Amino acid sequence: MDTPGGSASATSGALDGGGIIAAIKASGIEYVLSVPDIVTSSGLLRPIADDRELRLIRVCKEDECIGIASGLSYCDKRALILIQHTGFLDSINAIRGIAVEYKQPICMMVGLLQHDPELAPRISPRYGVRIMEPILDDMGIAHHLISVDADVAKIQPAIEKAYAASEPVAFLIGRSPT
Amino acid sequence: MMKRDECFRVLARHLTDEAVVATYSSAVEWVEIAPRVLNYTSIGAMGLDSSHGLGLALGRPDKRVVVLQGDGSLLMNLGSLVTIAAVAPKNLVHLVAQNETYEANGGHPIPSPKVDFAGMARAAGYAAVYEFSDLGVFTQQVAHVLEQNGPVFATLHIEPSKPLTYDYPSLYDPAKRKAFKAAWQARS
Repeated sequence: MDTPGGSASATSGALDGGGIIAAIKASGIEYVLSVPDIVTSSGLLRPIADDRELRLIRVCKEDECIGIASGLSYCDKRALILIQHTGFLDSINAIRGIAVEYKQPICMMVGLLQHDPELAPRISPRYGVRIMEPILDDMGIAHHLISVDADVAKIQPAIEKAYAASEPVAFLIGRSPT
Repeated sequence: MMKRDECFRVLARHLTDEAVVATYSSAVEWVEIAPRVLNYTSIGAMGLDSSHGLGLALGRPDKRVVVLQGDGSLLMNLGSLVTIAAVAPKNLVHLVAQNETYEANGGHPIPSPKVDFAGMARAAGYAAVYEFSDLGVFTQQVAHVLEQNGPVFATLHIEPSKPLTYDYPSLYDPAKRKAFKAAWQARS
């Protein structure tokens, strides 16, 4: 897990959505399960929707993603859940049951709504953002802050580890990818 | 009005290598009637049975998936009707046992006992939608229902069952999940 206070992510920079999508593909992800999130809308969700190598499943509510990804994992199919942090918070019971207690490889990419990318999420003035990493820590879920291009290198090894160990992982998107 | 266990006994006669996703009261009765390795009863959160079923159906389009969901569970995940209809897996059969109660949580009524699940599934865009309240009719038509291109939906109007024993450690047994995965992947 990233250390409190962040990583390279706490510095100024940019985040290339194409690089993230390339890392997703390199990780063997076939399915992207999503409810739209304004942080990742333009830089990730729209290009993913047009990408023929990824199958986008649009769902009505974020916890559906947890069940669908679990079902796919029993078929050895890899999925990435692309949601907003509010949807993560709404889905905590499903994440608790399926990802943590059943030890399923649930991979989540979570946009931090209204987050200032120059700040570490733990000191965000936004309550919902500020509690994300402590919640993930308490649930024992590995998490990585993705806010600048240098962070993108964390994605593939973390997804590989999640599937190898059958455990969840969360990527917190701290800046809108372009 | 039918009894759920009677419906499940009829259904069991028609299943071979399908995955069956079931939870709570449906799972308790189903695993007693049809103890099989391809039963998937670790749902993790109420209402997600239909979503697990969608994932299984997407991942193995060559195999059929049958979801046995309760009315209270579906009410917690009504959006899954729209998601499933949009994805349109041909191999998914979604059966909802409507007894108008949260049976596993004390038998309290669902918010509206007259909710029309079949109508909702039809409006969402399921490929085929059925509704049964007579066991003889269900017995006569179940093979036809299972043969349809999905997603298929059927409401089974049932009575609340006799008190059940909920053996959750067995239903959520990690060894059963492991065995399910091996069997589901092994099927050619």
